[in-house]
Amino acid sequence: MMAEARPDPDRLLAQVQAEEARAKRGRLRIFFGASAGVGKTYSMLEAARSSRSAGVDVVVGYIEPHGRVETERLLEGLERLPPLTVRYRGIERREFDLDGALTRRPAILLVDELAHSNPTEGEPRLRHAKRWQDVDELLDAGINVWTTVNVQHLESLNDVITQITGVRQRETLPDRVFDEADEVELIDLPPDDLLARLRAGKIYIADAAANAAERFFRKPNLMALREISLRRVADRVEAAAQASAPADRQSRPRLARERVLVATGPDAQSEQLVRAGKRLADALDAEWTVVYVETPALLKLSEAQRNRRIELLRLGESLGAETVTLDGPTATEALLEYAETRNATRVIVGSPKRTGLKALLRPSTAMELARRAQGFDVITVAPAADRPASAPRRDARAEGIPAQVPWNRYLWAVAVSGACTALAFAMFPHFERVNLVMVYLLGVTVAGLRLGRGPSVLTSVLNVAAFDFFFVPPRYTFAVSDAEYLVTFAVMLIIGLVIANLMASVRQQTRVAGARERRTVLLYAMSRELAATRGTAHMARVAVRHVAEVFQCAAVVLLPDPEGKLHFPRERPLEQSLRGADLAVAQWVADHGRQAGLGTDTLTAAPALYVPIGDSERRLGVLAVLPRHARRVLLPEQRHLLETFAGQIGIAVERAELAERAESVRVAAERESLRNTLLASISHDLRTPLAAMAGAGSTLAEQGASLDEATRASLARSIETRAREMSELISNVLDLMRLESGEIALRLDWQMLEDLLHAATTTVRPRLAPYPLEARLPANLPAVHVDAALVVKVFVNLLDNIVKYTPEGTRVTIAAASDGPFVRVTVDDNGPGLPPGDPERLFEKFQRGTEEGAAVGVGLGLAICRAIVRAHGGEIEALRRPGGGARFELTLPTTEPAAAADAAHAPSPSRG
Amino acid sequence: MHQILAVEDDPVIRSVLRALLESEQFRFVEAATAERADIEARAHKPDLLLVDLGLPDGDGISVIRKVRSWSPVPIIVLSARTQEEQKIAALDAGADDYVAKPFSAPELLARIRAALRRNIRSAEVPQVLAIGRARIDLSRREAHGPAGEAIHLTPLEYRVLECLARHAGFIVTQDQLVREVWGPGRLGDTRSLRVCMMNLRAKLEPDPHHPAHLITEPGLGYRLRPD
Repeated sequence: MMAEARPDPDRLLAQVQAEEARAKRGRLRIFFGASAGVGKTYSMLEAARSSRSAGVDVVVGYIEPHGRVETERLLEGLERLPPLTVRYRGIERREFDLDGALTRRPAILLVDELAHSNPTEGEPRLRHAKRWQDVDELLDAGINVWTTVNVQHLESLNDVITQITGVRQRETLPDRVFDEADEVELIDLPPDDLLARLRAGKIYIADAAANAAERFFRKPNLMALREISLRRVADRVEAAAQASAPADRQSRPRLARERVLVATGPDAQSEQLVRAGKRLADALDAEWTVVYVETPALLKLSEAQRNRRIELLRLGESLGAETVTLDGPTATEALLEYAETRNATRVIVGSPKRTGLKALLRPSTAMELARRAQGFDVITVAPAADRPASAPRRDARAEGIPAQVPWNRYLWAVAVSGACTALAFAMFPHFERVNLVMVYLLGVTVAGLRLGRGPSVLTSVLNVAAFDFFFVPPRYTFAVSDAEYLVTFAVMLIIGLVIANLMASVRQQTRVAGARERRTVLLYAMSRELAATRGTAHMARVAVRHVAEVFQCAAVVLLPDPEGKLHFPRERPLEQSLRGADLAVAQWVADHGRQAGLGTDTLTAAPALYVPIGDSERRLGVLAVLPRHARRVLLPEQRHLLETFAGQIGIAVERAELAERAESVRVAAERESLRNTLLASISHDLRTPLAAMAGAGSTLAEQGASLDEATRASLARSIETRAREMSELISNVLDLMRLESGEIALRLDWQMLEDLLHAATTTVRPRLAPYPLEARLPANLPAVHVDAALVVKVFVNLLDNIVKYTPEGTRVTIAAASDGPFVRVTVDDNGPGLPPGDPERLFEKFQRGTEEGAAVGVGLGLAICRAIVRAHGGEIEALRRPGGGARFELTLPTTEPAAAADAAHAPSPSRG
Repeated sequence: MHQILAVEDDPVIRSVLRALLESEQFRFVEAATAERADIEARAHKPDLLLVDLGLPDGDGISVIRKVRSWSPVPIIVLSARTQEEQKIAALDAGADDYVAKPFSAPELLARIRAALRRNIRSAEVPQVLAIGRARIDLSRREAHGPAGEAIHLTPLEYRVLECLARHAGFIVTQDQLVREVWGPGRLGDTRSLRVCMMNLRAKLEPDPHHPAHLITEPGLGYRLRPD
């Protein structure tokens, strides 16, 4: 990493953000001791009491009193959260009530035994497998937590302490939690005092553990534990001192930075190596990586053994390491290459296990590495005495799962041998025997490439036998007259076996590399398809399809509604969709931005894995996957791939949401401007007829008696016409607004165009009478699939326009023809034609053919026509007829609309 | 002299209706609320109801349902609501016809007269139907053209005609026709109905392209306008 003298703004920002996050987060205070009985709980309670008397809101979340009188006495007067009763395997257990604590929200909460494991399969189901996760959630919620930890609970020290004391501690705490605690208070008690307390019966020991305890509480053990815990706290203090050191010290060039590589394999020692790596990395303040090398040889191991890798890499991750799986022809090659690219300074390997001649012939990875190391130290770690390194081998045999090769491949191997012999037979009269050997070697190569190791070994052996039998004199016996041929056989066999091995390795590696490449291609394919998709719902479907394919699982993308509540997708589920995902689990994942379910430590009982989409700032949803093979998502690299997929989905969803928001802003702005124009326009177009009506009405009322019959009738008639026009105007405005807001659900049905036209002409008839109308509809015109009332309105508007804008006597011709999935209708007139300018403008709202005509009605008619026709998936245009006059041409669908259009209208509620 | 009950909350429209109907020699009774409507209807036993859908104390549709539960009296809906769903809901609740506000006096009077005419004959469905110059004998299932030539109608076509004839002059909704002729299992299958109507027009209407008797009410249903 290159050093920079100037402070990096990104890093400063990250630091500020981290500090802000820390400020909101609760503070964690750990009472830390070398062993049970040093008085951690006691000290914690005493501190709580003094805070309490200072008026701080302290609540005891959970304390294991072990019936100790002193503890009980300290608890008096402190508020205690009632424990949760969990039924687990028929036994009722008292557990810490996380939700109760979150509801109570005290300033300081006391929770004993941070390393405690929760029974996740009990009833009710607890959310987290570990108590430290409960505490993490409390801290996230801004609650300060005080807790207790024993040194042997620390993950990285676990095996060291096991070796010292001989008692294995199963409940462990990731070092990260300890290191990130805001305050660690060491409760120290000299071993002699502790033993005295033990003898006085002041330390609680369960009956079952009495034996172990006897071994545990011995002075040398206690001294060692005390030393380890003192040193661990001292490390912490030093780290804190460094963190608060002047900035220039921190920004020093870090070229000399250390990187520790831990090389692991399927053997039992690997776990020990990972812990050793953690300690070394801590000591060096180095970054560290746990590397698992998958060589062709390892691919032959049993499934169970290969699954150990999952556990191993997860252990590494929980200790803060980066984890990588490499593949290469041999472990040494892969490690050397990786160590070089990552500038590793130390490589930790298990000490060589082969001895004597075996070690000379096939040097172990450790020796090979040590020999070829450049730029890094090789550190070998001896296996722990109490754990025989050969244990897993026995496991493998016991399970009896060798790498399975289908038996029919062996048949193929025999066939290859036969084919070689047949070819050699044909060549025998014309070629030397040496050339026949070449044919056999070719056969082995082919077998190695296509059939795998076992079958190709069989081919080599068979080939030698066949060569001997058929071609070496005396022929048709296995006897050999010339001893020279024995050399030929030996060389032939060796070459055959080497080729078989090499080819099988090549084949394996190609397969592994192919699988990786395929995954990359798939990730790219999903990103590309997501980029081309609009709308979050569609994106979710695309993502589900891809994730299901890549991870061989059922998957579902759960998106939140505006209130942040997740819901199932409304669309019909895909074949690969995960049905019945646990919404409660998903909601938790979405709220906390952390994974849960299968293969995690949270809500482990859930059968599926839930991965959050989006980052801590914007929670965009949850991806839930239910794999057909758990391996598919448990391997860390698969998990990372899944996270990458979730990340890609997150980016796409965020983009879609931004686009949707921009669109809704645009629509809102447009609606606003429409409203303004409408108000201005309506106030004019309504007032004019109202004035006329009021005038006519008052004249009739005041002067009615003095007016003659004809004038009275004409005044009354003018009131009627004006009222009718206003009514028409209002219903037009309402229709247009409903159509534009998508509020109208089309009542689609099959209709004959003739019926619709007839209904329209009947409506307009009184006004249309002076206009000769001709309809030319072919007899075999297909039915149209439309909302009858709306389409009638289109024709009414078009005919009304003719009445308004053309002189009486204008000829009107309506024609129709089938056109693919549409019926194309033209409404022609031979009137004065369209006004100059772009005919498209006629379809805009409040446009009129002539600027200030006497004709009434806001220019909404054609805008409504267009809105209606487009809602049906058709189009309407205004054209100038070649012979003069105007032509309106529209298309109406003759088929059921596509599913998309259907869905767009389905959710809208009833009209009005 | 026929008696008409108008259920309408707007006093101006009530007075207009009163002026219009009394000048046409009808007796006029009025109700301003859904509650009054039921009481007046039971008290006066009118020959026809005009019902507005938007009432202060309930929906006009509930008035229609209530009256329908005890009387076959013709009901004409008079409403400013223009959406098809509401028209259909009113018709399905038992209304016989629909006149949109603002209404024209001649149209309203024509509808009222048609409804009253039908009500007089409602005791029995007309046995012989006249459509243009064609005569259809519904009971004997015989049809003859203008020149007395026989016209062949299918059993389904007879049943559609029967159903329309029973409500002659009124709108019969598509659902109602399909239910009565094809059975409730075929609800939503408007295609068969449409084909049937086309065939009937081709056989009976003087000009099938401009039907004068078998009228389509787009989005609502059909109406038989006999001579």
